[in-house]
Amino acid sequence: MKKILWILGMVVWAGLAQAVEPSEVMSDPVLEDRARSISQGLRCLQCRNESIDESNAGIAKDLRILVRRRLVEGDSDTEIMDYIVARYGEYVLLRPNGLGINLVLWMAGPLLFLIALACLLSVQRRSKRSISTQALTKEEESEINNILSSGS
Amino acid sequence: MLNEIAHFSLNVALGFAVFGTIIPLLGATLGRSSWMQLAPILSMLQFLLVAFAFGVLTVAFVRSDFSLRVVVSNSHTLKPMLYKIAGVWGNHEGSLLLWVLILTLFAACAAFFGKTLPQSLLARVLGVQSSITAAFLAFVLFTSNPFTRVEFPPFNGQGLNPLLQDPGLAFHPPFLYLGYVGLSITFSFAIAALLEGKVDAAWGRWVRPWTLAAWIFLTIGIGLGSWWAYYELGWGGFWFWDPVENASFMPWLISAALLHSAIVVEKRDALKAWTILLAILAFGFSLIGTFIVRSGVLTSVHAFANDPERGVFILMILGVFFGGALFLFALRASAMDSKGVFATVSRESALIANNLLLAISCFVVFVGTVWPLVAELLMDRKLSVGPPFFNIAFTPFIVALAVILPIGSTLPWKRAKRTHLSRLWPVGIFCLACVGLTWTMQTGRSLIGPVGLGLGVWLVMGVLIELYQRTGRDVGKWKRLKRLPLADWGKATAHAGLGITIFGVAGITAWQVEDIRVMEIGDSATISGFTVTLDNVEDLRGPNYLTTMADIELSRNGSFLANLHPERRYYPVAEMPTTEAGIDSGLWRDVYVVVGDAQPEGGYAVRTFIKPLANWIWTGAIIMALGGLLSLFDRRYRVGSVATRRDIKEVDA
Repeated sequence: MKKILWILGMVVWAGLAQAVEPSEVMSDPVLEDRARSISQGLRCLQCRNESIDESNAGIAKDLRILVRRRLVEGDSDTEIMDYIVARYGEYVLLRPNGLGINLVLWMAGPLLFLIALACLLSVQRRSKRSISTQALTKEEESEINNILSSGS
Repeated sequence: MLNEIAHFSLNVALGFAVFGTIIPLLGATLGRSSWMQLAPILSMLQFLLVAFAFGVLTVAFVRSDFSLRVVVSNSHTLKPMLYKIAGVWGNHEGSLLLWVLILTLFAACAAFFGKTLPQSLLARVLGVQSSITAAFLAFVLFTSNPFTRVEFPPFNGQGLNPLLQDPGLAFHPPFLYLGYVGLSITFSFAIAALLEGKVDAAWGRWVRPWTLAAWIFLTIGIGLGSWWAYYELGWGGFWFWDPVENASFMPWLISAALLHSAIVVEKRDALKAWTILLAILAFGFSLIGTFIVRSGVLTSVHAFANDPERGVFILMILGVFFGGALFLFALRASAMDSKGVFATVSRESALIANNLLLAISCFVVFVGTVWPLVAELLMDRKLSVGPPFFNIAFTPFIVALAVILPIGSTLPWKRAKRTHLSRLWPVGIFCLACVGLTWTMQTGRSLIGPVGLGLGVWLVMGVLIELYQRTGRDVGKWKRLKRLPLADWGKATAHAGLGITIFGVAGITAWQVEDIRVMEIGDSATISGFTVTLDNVEDLRGPNYLTTMADIELSRNGSFLANLHPERRYYPVAEMPTTEAGIDSGLWRDVYVVVGDAQPEGGYAVRTFIKPLANWIWTGAIIMALGGLLSLFDRRYRVGSVATRRDIKEVDA
């Protein structure tokens, strides 16, 4: 029984491919670089949070090969992205596009930054005004003069 | 029998937690001293009971007591002892028990160290803390009881995720939890202050050590996790913007902001409402993190619990505590008026900028993390938010933070003149020169490398300049330097650590070299000056796994450097393969070798990475934590009796 388990294990093991395999690598280094950067932006559909560049899953390998095939055929990076998104949906994009409600996602940080800046500026203005209006009254001034002169 | 007693003691602890919530809080409201006096005792009792239960669970794991369900599903007799123990918190039930243990531990510490606190404040702090404990104990007992028995105990367990069988990961969760949960005590302080209607310099001084401790633990925990990912996951990444990572990163960012704003409260009697809000947010993000990890709502690489019922329970806890706290804040915040005034150019302003940038970068991470969920719920769009988004959206704020850091930390309080920065100008120009030089020298022409490098130098040099300025103009500089308070050394160390981490991140991101090829035994390859020779590949057996281990010789210009042994392991019990990289670590670069499958045409797939400055990332994290530790041991936190001094003004609500 134990032996069978070991053997089974070896079979499963051998079936597991590694991320980018030597056989996939293209001979043209420029194209290969482009392939790598494209596949780093594409999500492996089976995996939890991996790009197809890092993943060992079969579907990731298929997609990597697909990307490379399109590159050889002379497609541009955006054409390849569009091609894959058209087939698998925007779920594959690790960098979400800025369309529709996604604009909120992209603008969230910068907008909050601007709002915070505006708030700070207004607070600062108000505090400046409140400081400048806090001049001493005549009575206070004479009292201070009294204290100062009596002290010396 | 022991298991039943432990289960029972958890129930009793829940009872004490409920009492510990009601009696001290009521006592503080009604002004009954005898009720308030019960708070420390009740907190200590909760801790002892939970610690007992945790001890029993640990014993069950050590002895492989397969009558407990958690032990069956998470342990195995073949597992090395270290991982049997780590298995206690390597699962949902056990990790929640650890969470509760740390909650009560912090309460007990607060009770122990808080003798100098005003009685009503201490009672309220412990009361709020007990209420959190009660909520989580109820969660443990009703949805995830670690002491659930199985009717027919099996002969052996079902093992543990082999990825988790690693020293780096064995200690990663306890540190993270110490950090997460450590923020609960700051939260309790904030709520207690809102109930008291009073925030003063003394409050800032009490809160800071707790925040500091939590932040140190978070730093170590995150650092360990990142280091583990680097050497274990097989491609040498150090940060993946995974939801679970983000869950720990958000409280880290907020607690870093809180650390800085608490200084302003303590020293300048300003930014009070904001500091309270940060304290609430910091723990709020810890709760959100727990929710993300425990509910599995955003499934990711290392979520190991997937149970919607539990998710709803945590969501309720989150809603009650986070929502309730924010509501209370909205009611009472206006009472926290600040006395200290300051000019636009001053250290206060710089610290506000620090807080702003940290809070916004945390917000960016938060939005990015929950966005897939939001988009699906609101727009029915299934989409992903991955590293490319975070790199673009998050980095600018951190770059801005690093740019202002040395300037801000040299500025004096209240009002600054241009002369205060006179020594920083040359450093700034030097750093810009560094950026320019690396820009022209590098081949890839990416901006990350030079900018990160320049920022790292800027931070470290800024620290040195600041220390130099602190020595004054006259003779006896060394004496002065020696007499600097530990807090100042802590500040300098932590800031330098940040610089080193940024340096490392920039190096590894911008100048990594990767090589993938098929190698036959005896083949060698040269990758940017390093020669890798595949000497041998063997199939071996480990204690609970099978392995294919390669023997690789690494050399440079003909001189031998190291023998590396990358492995491909297979764990039959868990039916999981893992990769163990062969790493030659160095000051300036890591050589990282991974061996892959035997190829059909013969030979093995070998991936080699040259990772410049890799170690600087974690060295920086350690230095940051060390800086925090130095600051924690500053004299003014040990001389605790500030509360009784008269010269501290209190602001009444």
